[in-house]
Amino acid sequence: MLTVPVEIQIMLAGILFLLGLIGLLVRRNMIFMLMSIEVMFNSAGMVFVIAGNHWRQPDGQVMFIFILAVTAVEVAIALALILQVYHHFKTLDADSVNKLRDHN
Amino acid sequence: MAISGRNAIHSLLFLILSLLSVSVIFYLLDAPFIAALEVIIYAGAIMVLFIFVTMMLNIGMEGRTEKKWLRPRMWIIPSLLAAVLLADFILAITYIPGSPPVDQAILPKQVGISLFSTYLLAVEIAAILLMAGVIGAYHLGSQKKKITHRFLIKN
Repeated sequence: MLTVPVEIQIMLAGILFLLGLIGLLVRRNMIFMLMSIEVMFNSAGMVFVIAGNHWRQPDGQVMFIFILAVTAVEVAIALALILQVYHHFKTLDADSVNKLRDHN
Repeated sequence: MAISGRNAIHSLLFLILSLLSVSVIFYLLDAPFIAALEVIIYAGAIMVLFIFVTMMLNIGMEGRTEKKWLRPRMWIIPSLLAAVLLADFILAITYIPGSPPVDQAILPKQVGISLFSTYLLAVEIAAILLMAGVIGAYHLGSQKKKITHRFLIKN
């Protein structure tokens, strides 16, 4: 159905991963960081599906389903943690939540 | 644009656009089942969670944006994007009768058989993980004053 070479597909997934990584490193708002992590999960799952499509095996898609489950759990827990942090600090800035750092 | 926007809701909407395009890529990769799962779970469930929390924390600039929405200049870019989507859709609709059916696609049946025979243990582990996620989200999300995490208590 699609006759794009595998290298281009992997490159697309890599670009997506890089965008997520840049977003994770640049943004300081916790919700934006979580969204960047979502983008990175997507690109990883895309690599699985590309590989499964390349060898005509269903294993890649099975792995993507597992990634989906892990992502759902991660988002639920992280959003609950974000709610807790917001209730205690009244901010979502990741740099201001540094109570564990030793101030010397 | 999903990671560079100022407004949280706007970048969430761009993230939904990104997820939909990833889903179309999956469909082009002969994985229609995964494409459907991507739309349903990511763009449906996870984005609802994000938007719910964003609305709950009241990020974004609602007061000012509502005034901005009344200006017609704000509608140019969304209508351009919608027009591109509409053109794509019309192109796809007119293209489908001429296209042959998928020859070698990995069907959902194969995925299901592999999921519940080879990876049965992994399915059970994923179920345990989901259960732990439910319990953890309930524990963290409870609003009582007594049950706050000890690392987050203000000094």
